[in-house]
Amino acid sequence: MTATTLELSLGPVLFYWTREHYEAFYREAADWPVDAVTLGEAVCSRRRDMKLDDWLGIGRELAQSGKRVTLASQTLIESEADLRDLRRLCDNGEFVIEANDQSALQCLTDRGLPFVGGAALNLYNRQAIAVLVRAGMQGWQAPVEMSREALSTLLDDCRAHGVAAPCEVFAYGHLPLAWSSRCFTARRHRRPKDRCQFVCQKYPEGLALRSQEAREVFTLNGIQTLSGACQDLRHELPTMQAMGVATARLSPRPEGMAEVVSAFAAARRGELTAPDPLTLVDASLCDGYWHGHPGMSHHPESAP
Amino acid sequence: MELVCPAGNLPALKRAVDEGADAVYFGFQNATNARQFAGLNFSDRRARDGIDYARDRGRRVFCAINTYPQPDGWAQWASAVDQAAELGVDALILADMGLLEYAARRHPDLPRHLSVQGSATSHEALRFYHDHFGIKRAVLPRVLSITQVRDLAKQSPVELEVFAFGSLCIMAEGRCYLSSYLTGESPNTRGVCSPAAHVRWEETSAGLESRLGGVLIDRYGEDERAGYPTLCKGRFEVGGETYHAIEEPTSLNTLELLPELAELGISAVKIEGRQRSPAYVSKVAGIWRQALDRLARSPERFHADPAWLAGLGELSEGATTTLGAYERRWK
Repeated sequence: MTATTLELSLGPVLFYWTREHYEAFYREAADWPVDAVTLGEAVCSRRRDMKLDDWLGIGRELAQSGKRVTLASQTLIESEADLRDLRRLCDNGEFVIEANDQSALQCLTDRGLPFVGGAALNLYNRQAIAVLVRAGMQGWQAPVEMSREALSTLLDDCRAHGVAAPCEVFAYGHLPLAWSSRCFTARRHRRPKDRCQFVCQKYPEGLALRSQEAREVFTLNGIQTLSGACQDLRHELPTMQAMGVATARLSPRPEGMAEVVSAFAAARRGELTAPDPLTLVDASLCDGYWHGHPGMSHHPESAP
Repeated sequence: MELVCPAGNLPALKRAVDEGADAVYFGFQNATNARQFAGLNFSDRRARDGIDYARDRGRRVFCAINTYPQPDGWAQWASAVDQAAELGVDALILADMGLLEYAARRHPDLPRHLSVQGSATSHEALRFYHDHFGIKRAVLPRVLSITQVRDLAKQSPVELEVFAFGSLCIMAEGRCYLSSYLTGESPNTRGVCSPAAHVRWEETSAGLESRLGGVLIDRYGEDERAGYPTLCKGRFEVGGETYHAIEEPTSLNTLELLPELAELGISAVKIEGRQRSPAYVSKVAGIWRQALDRLARSPERFHADPAWLAGLGELSEGATTTLGAYERRWK
């Protein structure tokens, strides 16, 4: 078993914020107890408030604060313009890329660059991980729907076969569950995607999709669909560490993220504080995937 | 262009071949393929009979092993690949990178097609799969516009197969985890979406209600036609409005795009629906055969026969069809 401490990382901001909002967020994040930060626009190519140079600037500042910085590629690549942006990202010359689709894998392996494998690459088995480790993968994220039991088997299998790349688990936030060429936020506003007027920027936490019984089912975020409930695996950090998970990823939210990070940092030290600081955050919680159940369910023992 | 039809069982396979399918695709009776439905799919014996039937008539047979091997299940998926090779299928339809490599090493001469579940939406992605695993063909996800398909086709290193008709997945295939969020079972892990075992119908004072994993997917008034509760096709409330927030119940139909697809050099059109009845498969295959034959005779004067469109309309979800993402304004 590994003796190293479980790392905490910040995932990319999945929502569309304003430039001021991103800048303020990362200025604060520089002082948070996270070891790594993944930056960039991973959802929609139409979101253009932030240019690559802006992300690189934030990346340099975070690196100076001691964070390991990675740049995320867009998960759904559709057009030649998307590919041009992707190539520019891969050619940034400073930071490692988190590859979120096979277009990115091609651009990176073509250039002989190392990379991190994103959760949507569907790495469910050791054989698939080994293919990418040989191609330059330095770390990988477990698929969001993978259970603790399956991941534990997978990590044991990797160790037994000398496939040694650190694994990251999505530990906090609304789970990224699907990508479409259709924009659901624009659809809600009866706008075609080509003339969306960047309406998703009005929803810094996404737009709740509820059943007709008012149950929060999903969260609409432009072309991306997230879970309705917020995954919280804070109570599982000791288990993750014992299994050999290297990093727990926290997905940024616009309010209360400092509290989330400090609650996870405390949990990493074995402290689960009462009263629960996350009751400040207004979202129902889930942890079903981790326990081998439907993702939306919440395990009674981990209820605050 | 090759007409590729679904075979959920032996009768469907035979009907598809009889109606003019150039190729049929099938899966085994387990989680190794993306249509794991009770009573569906092929035993070794049935597969042998099906392959003989198609071969005798000069048609090809593909085997779909297009879910993702789970950490404790590698042996099952690998043996499905070996079994398909042993049966002598014409191609494997695969998605997982580990399995693609296994098949390329173990059975180098057996052609590998990239399943739509492999989520390749650009020529760079296709090149990755081609360079690493020697794929011969790829099935494109239903998220690209016709212009994007055109750009991709110009630079594709492999043959392309596109969806022609059937259920419309509106999320990038292979990267949709919505089903397991509600039910614990997804296309990637179990080969199912919105599985029937998790569906509940209830007649209530508010109307007929359909549920998936306990979540209300839709509620129907007396004069409304109820549809299967596929989770992305329900009516939900967003910002104070209740509507088909993700997609209406509708089917994909690209019949009118045929001349354009042919001109782009698309190698094959795929009919979705291994879960459908032999009668359904037979009707759809027959209509598409006529369309492809007319296209071959006079590509410049091709037009879709109203009778074909009406026939396909009757077989569609909600009796409506769409061009989906092929048409820019759908997005």
